[in-house]
Amino acid sequence: MTTREVASHLEEALARWEEQTLKPTLARLPERAAEFTTTSLRPIKRLYTPLDIQHLDFERDIGFPGEYPFTRGIHPTMYRGKLWTMRQFAGFGTAFDTNKRFRYLLEQGQTGLSVAFDLPTLMGLDSDHPLAEGEVGKCGVAVSSLEDMEVLFDGIPLEEVTTSMTINAPAAVIFAMYLVVAEKQGADWKKISGTIQNDILKEYIAQKEWIYPPRPSMRLIVDTIAFCTREVPRWHPISISGYHIREAGSTALQELAFTLRDGIEYVEWCVQAGLHVDEFAPRLSFFFNCHNDFFEEIAKFRAARKVWARVMRERFGARDPRSWMCRFHTQTAGCSLTAQQPYNNVVRTTIQALAAVLGGTQSLHTNALDEALALPTEFTAMLALRTQQIIAHESGVVNTVDPLAGSYFVEKLTSEMEQGCYEYFEKIDAMGGMIAAIERGFPQKEIQEAAYRYQQAVDRREKIIVGVNEYVVEREPVEVPILYIDESVAEIQKERLRRLRARRDNTKVKRTLEALKEAARGTENTMPYILECVRAYATLGEICEALKEVFGEYQEPPF
Amino acid sequence: MRERKIRVLIAKPGLDGHDRGAKVVARALRDAGMEVIYTGLRQTPEQIVTAALQEDVDVIGLSILSGAHMTLVPRVMQLLREKGLHDVVVFVGGIIPQEDIPKLKALGVAEVFLPGTLLEQIVSTVRQSVRRPLETAE
Repeated sequence: MTTREVASHLEEALARWEEQTLKPTLARLPERAAEFTTTSLRPIKRLYTPLDIQHLDFERDIGFPGEYPFTRGIHPTMYRGKLWTMRQFAGFGTAFDTNKRFRYLLEQGQTGLSVAFDLPTLMGLDSDHPLAEGEVGKCGVAVSSLEDMEVLFDGIPLEEVTTSMTINAPAAVIFAMYLVVAEKQGADWKKISGTIQNDILKEYIAQKEWIYPPRPSMRLIVDTIAFCTREVPRWHPISISGYHIREAGSTALQELAFTLRDGIEYVEWCVQAGLHVDEFAPRLSFFFNCHNDFFEEIAKFRAARKVWARVMRERFGARDPRSWMCRFHTQTAGCSLTAQQPYNNVVRTTIQALAAVLGGTQSLHTNALDEALALPTEFTAMLALRTQQIIAHESGVVNTVDPLAGSYFVEKLTSEMEQGCYEYFEKIDAMGGMIAAIERGFPQKEIQEAAYRYQQAVDRREKIIVGVNEYVVEREPVEVPILYIDESVAEIQKERLRRLRARRDNTKVKRTLEALKEAARGTENTMPYILECVRAYATLGEICEALKEVFGEYQEPPF
Repeated sequence: MRERKIRVLIAKPGLDGHDRGAKVVARALRDAGMEVIYTGLRQTPEQIVTAALQEDVDVIGLSILSGAHMTLVPRVMQLLREKGLHDVVVFVGGIIPQEDIPKLKALGVAEVFLPGTLLEQIVSTVRQSVRRPLETAE
């Protein structure tokens, strides 16, 4: 039989089933809803069959792991060779406090570090800045100078751990601090490995922690990528992030499409700056969210690899297969956690983590059950890590590569995600690229609309959230202990800064800051100048302020 | 008797950029027929209270997810008292530990909305909080 004949035979069989088996059942027992949708409100059919994936070609679209288009995973053996990195994001209080938590997590078997900085640090402000009041050490660790960074990694050999740092607008400065700590430990920059998030586009789109306007921000990112290519070749200089886009309320498809389109923007800027695509593309990495809708998330991850491979090979002409690989970190969805009946969050996180693993993630952060209330305690952080360890060692899902491939449903959904991405790319390309799209508020408005639609669906109870709009209890049966960060953190930080400013060579600080401004005005790579400022113990705030003088500050237009 | 539309200021104090909740709530209140002014990000308590005064609002909704609420909310409440804005009803939404809720209420906050609160609940609580003074005013 020809393919056409097989399809027409199937169509007939399906029609027969609908008539003979389905129809009488529906007449007797109607379905629970007129339409079934994913968490992203994407309609899902009752049944998927080979007819849904007849446009797919096994070798072209699904293929083998470790080979183009990588739908099934970037490694040929996936978790049979090496488990994902269990990388729990942590940071609070002073560098002393977080250093202690890091050592605890490493003792518990965590294999990589991930630093959460507090809001002043994320905004490039020192702990003693007036706007930092009330925020120091609250949702991450306060790092205002090299001195704090030295404490943060005290006793942790940087050649041996990999460190991920969630830092964006001031990423170049924080990265320079890390490099100088490594230098002081005697670690070889050529051997250290880790990631800085360094993704400013999603800040304008979703998380909104920016300092400079988009174009100078992009230049700083290109500078860090170019610097790493030469000096820190094992470092991932950017983690192009959908996580925050999703947290801001986007659909799974929007998360995927905007993130990959951001990736395209970075590649374009690097190529325009004179880098060859295969020089830096193998070190690009991605960061996705994993929400509750199990199959939609798995399809999203599989589509991410496929779309990125195609973009890199066809749009940018990359030749090195490593340039085609979409390697990514995943974090379970913070926005899916509920303050009500918080222990239910362990279950949600388990489902999400399982989807991330089935989607082939390279590293994973599982949220703690208390994160809709406060930062995790030591106990809840450990339970979150244990969730990953149970999936890795007890569930059996790691025994084979991409176990859901070939599922009519999963392949169809993967294919829909892929097509949806290309449609968004076309729209954004037509606007003149991602920066132009951001300037006109396109992704922002799409996300706001999706967030509102979702909340309305929850309000109308079209989407049931256990413990929120169904199965509600009047009195919470259990109380969750809370990690409190008190104001002494801010006092300690202020005092440390005061002493640092008195002790250091302030003439040298001034000289290095002036040199940085000069470099920023020109076209030279700013990284060596930032490193000099850091070595002189110029503070984060001082360095960012110097760059503000040259680059200006971003103001969000009202949308 | 024609009831004046309820006027609400939705504000994001502090450095926190997470504005999903603020924007969704602003839109829900607007859809429920209220006049809603959104301050935008990173407003100081002074800026928020000044805006509340200028816009003559009945309600202020403060959205804070960064953990800085015990610094920022008392400042807003104090400034409201200083400016004589005693009738303005203040709500707080965000990541707020249970233990802090009574403390915020003791400061004069009318209600604290945690993640997972339904929009209809926010709309009805806001509406109830301002109904009486408005009816007597007309």
